[in-house]
Amino acid sequence: MAKPFKPSIKLTDNDVTNEDVYMNRRSLLKSMGFLGASTLLAKSAGAAGWFWEDEEEKTAFKGKALEFSQPPKFQITETRTPEDKVTSYNNFYEFGTSKDAPAKNATEFQTNPWTLKVDGMVKNPIELDHDALTKRFPLEERIYRLRCVEAWSMVVPWIGFELGALLKQAEPLMSAKYVAFETLYDPEQMPGQRSRFTGGGIDYPYVEGLRLDEAMHPLTLMSVGLYGKTLPPQNGAPIRLVVPWKYGFKSIKSIVRIRLTDKKPPTTWNRLAANEYGFYANVNPNVSHPRWSQASERRITTGGLLARNRIDTQMFNGYSEVAPLYKDMDLSRYY
Amino acid sequence: MPLRKKTFRLSVWQRRSLKGLIHLFALGYIAWLFFAGVTDQLGPDPVNTLINETGTWAIHFLLLTLTLSPLAKWLPSPEPMQFRRMIGVYTFVYAFAHLLTYIVFELQLDMALVASEIVSRPYIIVGMAALLLLFALTATSFKRIQRNMGKKWQKLHNSIYLILPLALLHFSWSQKTFWQEPVWYWMIGLILMSPRMKQWYVTYQKKSQKKSRDKNAVA
Repeated sequence: MAKPFKPSIKLTDNDVTNEDVYMNRRSLLKSMGFLGASTLLAKSAGAAGWFWEDEEEKTAFKGKALEFSQPPKFQITETRTPEDKVTSYNNFYEFGTSKDAPAKNATEFQTNPWTLKVDGMVKNPIELDHDALTKRFPLEERIYRLRCVEAWSMVVPWIGFELGALLKQAEPLMSAKYVAFETLYDPEQMPGQRSRFTGGGIDYPYVEGLRLDEAMHPLTLMSVGLYGKTLPPQNGAPIRLVVPWKYGFKSIKSIVRIRLTDKKPPTTWNRLAANEYGFYANVNPNVSHPRWSQASERRITTGGLLARNRIDTQMFNGYSEVAPLYKDMDLSRYY
Repeated sequence: MPLRKKTFRLSVWQRRSLKGLIHLFALGYIAWLFFAGVTDQLGPDPVNTLINETGTWAIHFLLLTLTLSPLAKWLPSPEPMQFRRMIGVYTFVYAFAHLLTYIVFELQLDMALVASEIVSRPYIIVGMAALLLLFALTATSFKRIQRNMGKKWQKLHNSIYLILPLALLHFSWSQKTFWQEPVWYWMIGLILMSPRMKQWYVTYQKKSQKKSRDKNAVA
């Protein structure tokens, strides 16, 4: 007769590692001082992800479904960038400088409560709370091309309302010439704002600006969602700007303040390197970035290395209807 | 101060297995990168991932080759020197794959664009200079050529000390701001170079002292 199997070590329920400890074993190890070594190695994480990371670390963001109309004018036929790429390849230095850092570091970002102030040279200052962001204005889906200054591009179905509609309610004074935007400053939640090393050496909060006529243009969108749902934190939740004819860095994220002014406001990247990033930052294939050509771009959709995704960059990113805004301006000087 | 009095040695078998493992890793990783890239498993933008990985690993290998001779002195052991050539050659292999990725997958063989980018963008010129030097070192890494070159070989291979700052400058310059990943590599590079720089300084002082003595003697 076969002998019944007897384990040589007797374990009781008490010896079992708690499930949540087990599930968090990586973060435990990291907090025990491997942080230094792992930051060196893990830089390339998105890259060779499976090499040293496991899946359960990523908690997928679940957006709330939004109600919106789909004006046919903005339902372009270009292949959309898949949702998981739009939400995992981000420049949002407040959450780290690598492309995959924001999706990882922003999972706990609190966007409720939120206050967006519209003030400065206006007759009627406005404050929007978290719910008002998605309720005060009828929402539209607009599929826009997004052209990054780094010479890659995406096609994104944004959901939002025209900035013009918001500004009209605030009633800008005749003297107002520019609109200044400001991102939330909260180093507790935004690790990039804590030190030069994690935030790329940018002076926070991130600030941007538009001329008033650019801000009032019907293409200029305040976005609160993408792919039918509220924005994931890494894409600028709860509300961000989208100016599709300008390089992506103009489209400031997680906005807390919009101020009307009569002076040209400072803008973050221009302050950091004025020879590389101008105030206007219109997409322009004829004006190179000093370190790379802007004549063409790689469109990120699907397909691996062999996808032939380099396409010609169009003036104003193909939104030629904005050209009259810059009539008689030398765009190689005002880049 | 050396770690031990006795010289540390590996057996032939140990040395061979270690070399085998290094080959396996270096070749395996680059083969996997290209395979995963072609099959779209390298994240949202496979081209960007591949460029970053080949570039940073070229720098990892470069820093590793520069650790070997201080390590040999410190242990002390002749063993690390047995690995210098192979890791040096992999530095070139990864750096070359980095350039190929840029030309074939980033610029997608638009040769007019390749030519204009390579001549007109300073950070690319710096990177190309480092790569050309690495090529010269790789091409002269055969034992027979080394013997034939005699003293000149060492002179040429000292250009590794130029390649390091060129490669790091290229890395830093390619970023949108200074305070990013490359800063760590500059720090490691500086640590690796500090004993050598001290040595150079001492040699330089001795030389200039001798020169002034000779001068005085003549006078």
